[in-house]
Amino acid sequence: MISLSFLYLLLGLLLLWIALLSLCDRTLPNRFAAGAFWGCYALVFLVGDFLPHMLVGIIVVILALLAGSGALKASAQKALAPELLTQSMQRLGRWIFLPPLLIPLLTVFGVLVLSEIKGADWALLDAKNLTLVSLGLACVLSLPVVCGLTREKPVQAGLEAKRLMEAMGWAVLLPQLLATLGLLFNEAGVGTAVAALSETYLAVDERMVAVCAYSIGMALFTIIMGNAFAAFPVITAGIGIPLLVMQHGANPAVMAAIGMFSGYCGTLMTPMAANFNIVPAALLELKDPHLVIKAQFPTALLLLVANIVLLYFLAF
Amino acid sequence: MLTELTQTAAVNYWPLCGVVVVILGFVLRFNPVLVVLVAGISTGLAAIMPLSQILAELGEGFLKTRTLPLILLLPLAIIGLAERHGLKQQAQAFIQQRKTTGISQFLTLYLAVRESTAALGLTSLGGHPQMVRPLIAPMSEAIAEQRWPGMPDLIRQKVRAMAAATDNIGLFFGEDIFVAFGAIVLMHTFLRESGIETDPLHIALWGIPTALCAFAIHALRLRQFEHSLLKLQQAAVSAEAAGFLTNAENTSVKPQVKP
Repeated sequence: MISLSFLYLLLGLLLLWIALLSLCDRTLPNRFAAGAFWGCYALVFLVGDFLPHMLVGIIVVILALLAGSGALKASAQKALAPELLTQSMQRLGRWIFLPPLLIPLLTVFGVLVLSEIKGADWALLDAKNLTLVSLGLACVLSLPVVCGLTREKPVQAGLEAKRLMEAMGWAVLLPQLLATLGLLFNEAGVGTAVAALSETYLAVDERMVAVCAYSIGMALFTIIMGNAFAAFPVITAGIGIPLLVMQHGANPAVMAAIGMFSGYCGTLMTPMAANFNIVPAALLELKDPHLVIKAQFPTALLLLVANIVLLYFLAF
Repeated sequence: MLTELTQTAAVNYWPLCGVVVVILGFVLRFNPVLVVLVAGISTGLAAIMPLSQILAELGEGFLKTRTLPLILLLPLAIIGLAERHGLKQQAQAFIQQRKTTGISQFLTLYLAVRESTAALGLTSLGGHPQMVRPLIAPMSEAIAEQRWPGMPDLIRQKVRAMAAATDNIGLFFGEDIFVAFGAIVLMHTFLRESGIETDPLHIALWGIPTALCAFAIHALRLRQFEHSLLKLQQAAVSAEAAGFLTNAENTSVKPQVKP
């Protein structure tokens, strides 16, 4: 059976290899810090399940400190020589789109078809994490295709993965860390506090009020925090689950999907999401740094209203 | 949860200070990774957890959310190798070959391409440094320039900003209907930890109505945007009308002087 642990092993080995490459790269200014970061991250995937949780917690703190202090710098990596690139582009044409498109196509194929390959007590793909396992398998299967098309060795694919991970820098860690923070928030009772507040001040027994509280809450919290991922656990634990799901009986999948999109409406309206709203204004040499937000604002507001209507009619 | 709430009168509001730490940290522009770490630890302390328990919770949460980096990092090898062999250049060529007549038509085409490729997981095909600055903004500007020669700078600025906005909107509302995007995995993991089992595929599918609305709303806004630019241009032209005669005289005088 192919399960998540197989994919964890795969990614762990890739990260370990990157750690060793970084350690041996004498041109990298802080190669020991970079090596330590990728090495620690590899440990979480390779042996994380066998370590006490507290030790993993300490590794997380180390990872965050290393990433937060700028240990991750892009190393110099040779791009394809221009004449080789033109040659390759002429030879491949639109076929270059095939390998990246294979990933979603094979993922869907895995979910719909490969999941049926199973017996009484076994299955080819782990049924609990079907989508993720299919995606992992799709990546593994796309690798020989992309290598064959581009006539490169798999090692080069690993080097490209390293290049892109280094280019992300600390952002590599952020989504997972925000998700972890969400779980910790839940454990510490942040959701309960938000729920108590909203029940005290809003007439949430009315279904429409509860729907508005959730959607607008997601948007507002995202505007404040600049990140819908950070807002989702707080508002979902505080308003979404207790009020929409438990009290009014909303479909949790619909609620989550539309709730996250309501958060994205907030992302479009806030200077806190600098990557999307402020950085492009600088890149495009705009005199008003908020001109991108102004261009987005009406779309975001209309879409938030659309989300409220959709949530009201689709979730119940 | 709800019954618990009504039964226990005293709710501990202190854990909310973690939210305050996140807000302050982001407002003061500290490194987001450090902000999140500090917010987590202070939330735990506010909920009167011992430090060892906070670390254990951090570790346990980090192990449970390992699926996020998994889906983020595994496809990179394939996408990276394709990029090395001209994936982005081919995407740019694809956009450039389409014949478009107006700004709204061009940006709507880009919105459609951006949203649908993001929905297939190809989020790296667009983006501000890779696509908007070198291609989408200059091409929109070129279309405007062709239509309104000598347009005022304000229009130029607005067109560029709208190009960036279109990229954001296409990305945000496309990527979330790709089953293996981070947000879907985050929602799935969070709901599972809260005791609600969902299918990631369902979460992705329920995003489609909003994704369609986003496309329709922004496409309509692009049309309306082109109209507003037209009005701006007309206003600018009529404002210059007074100086038009003198300009004309200048041009007619110059050739006489030169020889």
